[in-house]
Amino acid sequence: MAITEENPGYKWVGTRPIRPDGLEKVTGKARFGADLVLPGMLYGKVVRSPHAHARIVSIDTSAAESMEGVKAVITGADFPDLAANGAHPSDIDVANNAIARDKVLYEGHVVAAVAAITREQAEAAAKAVAVTYEVLPHVLTVDEAMADNAPLLHEAMITKGVDPAPEEPSNIASKILHERGDLDQGFGEADAVVEREFTTKPVHQGYIEPHAAVADANSDGRAHIWCSSQGHFQMRAYTATVLGVSPGTLKVTAAEIGGGFGGKTVIYLEPLAVRLSQRAGRPVKLVMDRDEVFRATGPTSGTRIKVKMGVSKDGKITAAEVWMAYEAGAYAGSPVGAAGMTAIACYDIPNFVVEGYDVVCNKPRVAAYRAPGAPMAAFAVESVLDELARNIEMDPIDIRLANAAVEGTQASYGPKFPRIGFVETLEAIKEHPNYTAELGPNQGRGVAAGFWFNAGMMSSATVHVNENGTATVVTGSPDIGGSRQSMALMAAEELGIPYESIKPVVADTETVGFNDVTGGSRVTLATGAAVVDACRLIVEDLRGRAAKTWDVEVDQVEWVDGQAQHVDGAQPPLSLNDLAAKSGRTGGPISANASLNSRGVGAGFSTQLCDVEVDPETGVTRVVRYLTAQDAGRAISPDYVEGQMQGGVVQGIGWALNEEYIHDTEGVMENPSFLDYRMPVASDLPMIDCAIVEVPNPAHPYGVRGVGEVGIVPPMAAVGNAIHDAVDVRMTELPMSPIKVLEALNENDG
Amino acid sequence: MKYVAPSSVEEAASLLSSSPSAQVFAGATDVVPQIRAGRPAPDVLVDLKKIKELVALNSDGDKWTVGAATPTAYLTEDEAFSHEFPGLSEAAGLIGSDQIQNRSSLGGNLCNASPAADSVPAMVVNGVRAVVAGPNGTRVLDVSEVVTGPGQTALDDDEFIVEFEIDKMPSRSGDAYLRMIPRTEMDIAVVGAGARVTLADDGSIEQAVLALGAVAPTVVRIPDAEQALVGSTADEETLNAVAAAASEACDPIDDKRGTVEYRKQVAGVLAKRAVVIAIERAEQRNGTN
Ligand SMILES: Cc1cc2nc3c(=O)[nH]c(=O)nc-3n(C[C@H](O)[C@H](O)[C@H](O)COP(=O)(O)OP(=O)(O)OC[C@H]3O[C@@H](n4cnc5c(N)ncnc54)[C@H](O)[C@@H]3O)c2cc1C
Repeated sequence: MAITEENPGYKWVGTRPIRPDGLEKVTGKARFGADLVLPGMLYGKVVRSPHAHARIVSIDTSAAESMEGVKAVITGADFPDLAANGAHPSDIDVANNAIARDKVLYEGHVVAAVAAITREQAEAAAKAVAVTYEVLPHVLTVDEAMADNAPLLHEAMITKGVDPAPEEPSNIASKILHERGDLDQGFGEADAVVEREFTTKPVHQGYIEPHAAVADANSDGRAHIWCSSQGHFQMRAYTATVLGVSPGTLKVTAAEIGGGFGGKTVIYLEPLAVRLSQRAGRPVKLVMDRDEVFRATGPTSGTRIKVKMGVSKDGKITAAEVWMAYEAGAYAGSPVGAAGMTAIACYDIPNFVVEGYDVVCNKPRVAAYRAPGAPMAAFAVESVLDELARNIEMDPIDIRLANAAVEGTQASYGPKFPRIGFVETLEAIKEHPNYTAELGPNQGRGVAAGFWFNAGMMSSATVHVNENGTATVVTGSPDIGGSRQSMALMAAEELGIPYESIKPVVADTETVGFNDVTGGSRVTLATGAAVVDACRLIVEDLRGRAAKTWDVEVDQVEWVDGQAQHVDGAQPPLSLNDLAAKSGRTGGPISANASLNSRGVGAGFSTQLCDVEVDPETGVTRVVRYLTAQDAGRAISPDYVEGQMQGGVVQGIGWALNEEYIHDTEGVMENPSFLDYRMPVASDLPMIDCAIVEVPNPAHPYGVRGVGEVGIVPPMAAVGNAIHDAVDVRMTELPMSPIKVLEALNENDG
Repeated sequence: MKYVAPSSVEEAASLLSSSPSAQVFAGATDVVPQIRAGRPAPDVLVDLKKIKELVALNSDGDKWTVGAATPTAYLTEDEAFSHEFPGLSEAAGLIGSDQIQNRSSLGGNLCNASPAADSVPAMVVNGVRAVVAGPNGTRVLDVSEVVTGPGQTALDDDEFIVEFEIDKMPSRSGDAYLRMIPRTEMDIAVVGAGARVTLADDGSIEQAVLALGAVAPTVVRIPDAEQALVGSTADEETLNAVAAAASEACDPIDDKRGTVEYRKQVAGVLAKRAVVIAIERAEQRNGTN
C-alpha cells in the first residue's frame, strides 16, 4: 500500500527489478571482508584484555616473537602517542580504542597483535604474549558510573555542557539540555500525568559478517587495505590518524559487506593489520571471531530514562520532562545527543525539558546502531504516552494525531519542519485492516511512533557511458541496503536507458571522489543526488553532441526516452547507442563527475502496530501480527524500502524481547555468542506488513527521504504497549524477557 | 588428532581400548563446537556413523531399536514411530534445526550429558534402555542411569552405546515433551518436561511417569506428582498438585539462561501441560494400537 501524492509516471523509479548484486551473492562469488587471500599473506590474531578495567604494567612479547612462524608482534608502543602529540581528544580515543596504551577499559580491549604464517601459529603466539595487569575497580552501568566516588575511567574527564564547569573529574563526559516553555504551568494544565522510569541494556547490531581486514604495506610507506566497512573513506581517515600518516598514503578497497547497521562506521582491525604488515613485510589478514565481535565492537548504549508527561482531557500534551543517562562504553560519545533531539520530536509540545548525560563505563565503546539513541528514548516516551491515552480513554492513534508535528511545527530540537509525513503514517495504520483485526485470548495490540532526522553529508559519483550505450555508475558508498539498485534505477530514469544497461559499482578511495559513510539513511538521498547530477551532466553533453551532429543550437535538442530528439522532428533521433558509438568524433569519451554536500535532508517518521500473545503462565511473548507504516518520501526501490522497514522492526523486536549484554560481576561478558545473545530467528516472527507512505521530500530530485533507520525506533514501545494490552502489566525494563514478564505477572497477582 | 571410522562394533570397541584418549562421536554437533571453543581435542576421534547397525531404526513385535548414532531426523520422519511415540519424536524434533537433526543422535544427546538435553526426559518417561558395548561385551542400562552429572556418564572410557531399546507403547498410553525457550528454535531448554501416562478402563490414570530437564544436574523424576496422578482423572486440583510437586522437585541454578525462581515456576507449568497432552494422546490410543 502506498500513498502517493502525485504519480509522475516514472518508468524505472519505483519498480522491483532483480538486484544487481544478487547473482554473485547467491552463487557464493561475492567477496566479503574475510574472503581475500594474497600471495605470501600472513594471518594475524589480536590479544585482548581479560579485565574490565586495569592498568597495563608490562607486556612481554619475547616468547611470542620467538615462536615458529611468527613474523610480527605489535603493542600500543608501536603506534604514535597522539596525546603527547597534542591531537584532538576524539582522535586520541579512536587510537586508544584500537589498541590500549596505558589502561584497558573493557574486557576485550586490544593490547597486542601478532602475525604468523598460519592461523594456528598466530593463535598460539597470541596466547604467549605475556601481559601484566594491575586490576582496577570497574563500573558497568550508568548508575555505577555516576555514583559518588565511582572509580574513574579517565582521570581528567570534566563534564562538558555544564556551566560553570565542574572542578572534579567524573565519568560523565557531557550533559545536554533542551527546554521550552514552562514545565510547572504545563503540568498544571494537565488532566492526567504519568511518570515512569525505564532501563534498557546494551544491544549489538548483530551483523552476520564479523569484522575483517587485509593490509598490504609497501616499503615506501604506502599501504592498501581491503575491509568490510560502511565507508572506506572513513576507514582511511581513522587508520591514517591512528598510524600518524597522511590519508593519501593509504588506499582502501571496500569489500562486499555482510551487514553493518552503523557498527561498521568505525575502525578496529585496520591500523593493526597495516602495522603488522609493515613489520612483517608481507600482507596480513585479521578476522574477528564472533565472540570478539561481541566483546569489542559495536553495541549501542544501555540506558536509564525517566519520563513525566501530562495531557489535557482532549489529548493535548501539555508538558514533558525527560531525563536520560546513556552508557558510552569506554570513551565519550554515546548517542545521548541524538536521543535528546529525537525523544519528543514527533510531537508539538509547548512545555518541555529534556536533559541527558553521556556516561563512560567499562564496556566496549558504543558504535552507531540504526537511528542511534532514538529507540531507547522512544521506548520510554511512547510507553508513557500509551498509558496517558488509556488514562483519558483515547485511541492511541488519535492521541498521536492530536499532537503530531506537521509542516511548520517548531521541532523540539530547534528548526521548523518542512513538509513531513508523520500524520500520513498514523492514518495509514488506522486505515489498515490490521488495526481492527480481531484479537484472541491473551493477545494485545500496541501502537508506537518514531522519528529520525536522516542525514545528508558529502557524496561523489562518476558516470561513464560505454561505447555501446550502456553506462557504469561509480560511487564510493558501500552498499549495505540496496543502494546499487537505487543508483541504477535513478540513472536509468535520467538517461532513459534500461535498468539492465546500467552497472552500478562501488569504487575504492583512489578511483572515485570522496564519500562520507553509508549511514544516517543518507545514501539514496545524497549519493543518489550526485548520481542524478552526473547523469544530468551526461545528458547535457549528449544534447550538445547531437546539436553539433545536426548543426543546430543546443536548445533545439531534447533528451527523451534515451534519445536526442530535434524539437521539430527535423532530424531522425540519435540514441545513446548512436552517440556513444561516435563519441570519438563528437568530443571524446562521455563521462561526468558530480560531487555535493547534501541538499535538503528529509526527516523520516514511522508508526507501528504490534499484536502479541503472552503466555500468562510462562511469560513468553510471541509477536503474532505486525504492521509498519513509514514515510519513504519516494520509494526508489520498493523491495529494498520494505526490506529496510522490516529489518528495523525485526531488530527492534529482538531488542524488545530477548537481546541483551550479560556481564558477570567482574565485567566479563557471559553471552558472546548467537546461542545466548538471543536475536530473533525466522520462526519467531510473523510476516512484517509494510505500508510505504510517500510524502516526497521537496529537496530531492525524486523526493527521497532515506529509510534505513527510523523503523527501529518504535518497536520496543509497540511491543511493550501490546504486552500491556494483553495481560495488563507495564514493562519498563528491556528486554521484556519471559522471566521479567512472568515476574511482573506474579506481582500483579500477588 | 586422528579420525577413524570403524565399520563394526568390535572394531570400534578395540580402538577405544587401545587408545586411552579416544572419543566416539556420532553427529559431532556437540563435539566439534566444543573443540572449536577451546576444549582439548582427543588424540583419536572415532566416527560411529559408519557402523551399519548404529544408524538404523527398526521395530519387531515387542520393541523399537534405535541405533545410537541414528540421526534424530529419523525419529521425526518415521510415521509409525512418531505416531507411537509422539512425545519422544517431538523432543527429537526440537534439537537445533533441520540441519542439526540430520546429524544429531540420541546417543550424542544423552552422552554429552547436558542437563538441558531435550531427548533425555522423553526417553526417561518411556523407560528407554541403552545397550552399551565395551571390551567385555555388552550390558544394558536404563537411560535414567546413564548420566551421573553435567558432562559425566556411567560409561567407562572404553564403552559406548550401540543402540536404544524402547518397548512398544501399550494401548491407552501416551507421551509428551514440552520445553521452554525464549525463542522458538535454536536455543537451549530453560526447562523441559516429559510425561507418559497409561489410562485404566474407567479413564482414570493407572500409571504416570514425569521427568524434568534443565532444572537439576541430571534429569529428575517427580515421584510425588506421579503418585498424585495415579488413580485420578487429572482434575484441576490434581494438576495443581502436579505443578507444585514439579516445582518442588527442581534443583536449578541461576544463570544467564534463567533464574531459580523462573525455572521452578515454569517446571510446574510445563509438567502440568505435558500431563494433559499425554492424557489426550492416551485417550486416542484406545486399544486399537
Ligand atoms: C546449533 C545447535 C543447536 C542445538 N540445539 C539443541 C537443542 O535444541 N536441544 C538439545 O538437546 N541439543 C541441542 N544441540 C546439541 C546437540 O546437537 C545434541 O546434543 C545432539 O543430540 C548431539 O548428538 P551428536 O550425535 O551430534 O553428538 P556428538 O557431538 O557426536 O557427541 C556428543 C557426545 O556424546 C558422546 N557420544 C556420542 N555418541 C555416543 C555413543 N554412541 N556412545 C557413547 N558416547 C557417545 C561423544 O563422545 C560426545 O561426548 C544443539 C547443537 C547445535 C550445534
